Amino acid sequence: MSHRWETMPDELPATGSTHVSPDAGPLGRRPVEPGHGPVDPDADLREPRQRREWTAHRWVLPTIAVGGMLGASARHGLELAWPVQAGEIPWATFMTNLGGCALIGLLMVYVVELGAGHPLLRPFVGVGVLGGFTTFSTYAVQTTDLTDAREPALALVYLFGTVAGALVAVMLGIFLGRTVLVLLRRAARRSRAGARRGR
Amino acid sequence: MAFLFLCLGAAVGAPARYLTDRAIQARHDTVVPWGTMTANVAGCLILGLLTGVADAHRVPEAVVLGVGTGFCGALTTYSTFSYETFRLYETGARLYATLNVVISLVAGLAAALIGLAIGSAL
Repeated sequence: MSHRWETMPDELPATGSTHVSPDAGPLGRRPVEPGHGPVDPDADLREPRQRREWTAHRWVLPTIAVGGMLGASARHGLELAWPVQAGEIPWATFMTNLGGCALIGLLMVYVVELGAGHPLLRPFVGVGVLGGFTTFSTYAVQTTDLTDAREPALALVYLFGTVAGALVAVMLGIFLGRTVLVLLRRAARRSRAGARRGR
Repeated sequence: MAFLFLCLGAAVGAPARYLTDRAIQARHDTVVPWGTMTANVAGCLILGLLTGVADAHRVPEAVVLGVGTGFCGALTTYSTFSYETFRLYETGARLYATLNVVISLVAGLAAALIGLAIGSAL
């Protein structure tokens, strides 16, 4: 995978972020490369802006709580619509987890690599909605349920299938986000060059 | 009505993961995401306990939805787990990425099994 993210999209219009932190780059965007950006979507404490976030915004915890409610309700709705049959792969939880992974990949490219969005966007969607939507505990207990139902092979398939699928999903989300970034940047550069020629 | 308990559980669970993650990440200097792992393993233990108790006794649906689906579901996360794993791999910490997956799976399953055993013995 090639990294060409050192140059940030100075051509792109600001996307409504009014929060400019001292460690922010020009236009409030921190120039973060994929190799050195935050690893932890909850709050990467090596990032000064995220370390202060909890005290800087008193709405962070309530925002996460509301997001968690929405995510968990959506997961519950899918589980009701697609009930688990004993001795079968719990498809609702499987798809929930994979979908949440793809979405967090997209979100983190937008928030971290573009440095865009409202300061509460990551707490709300990343920590709250997607954290509430996806689940590790149900996944672990469902795996033991499959072994209880004398389906040890299916238990292994579910256990490792979810890990593999989730990693592929998060990768696809990130690549899709980065591809869109490249295209937007190229389009902005082209329109700027066109404007210069027009003058 | 039980749906309200689900919302209440999730409204506590999601901030609980955020605060757990912050508290643990502030206390070590390695790249391993111990914070997320702790929240995940704790959630597996609690859900295992609840499931074990619910297998042996009658537990109100409100408790199952509130504590199990809501609280444990929001306390634990798969999206953060896989994002952190991918980022560790991408930033070159491939051993830690692998360790994160292996330890999370082993500890999560072990916690669920221990919870189930204790819960059904209660």
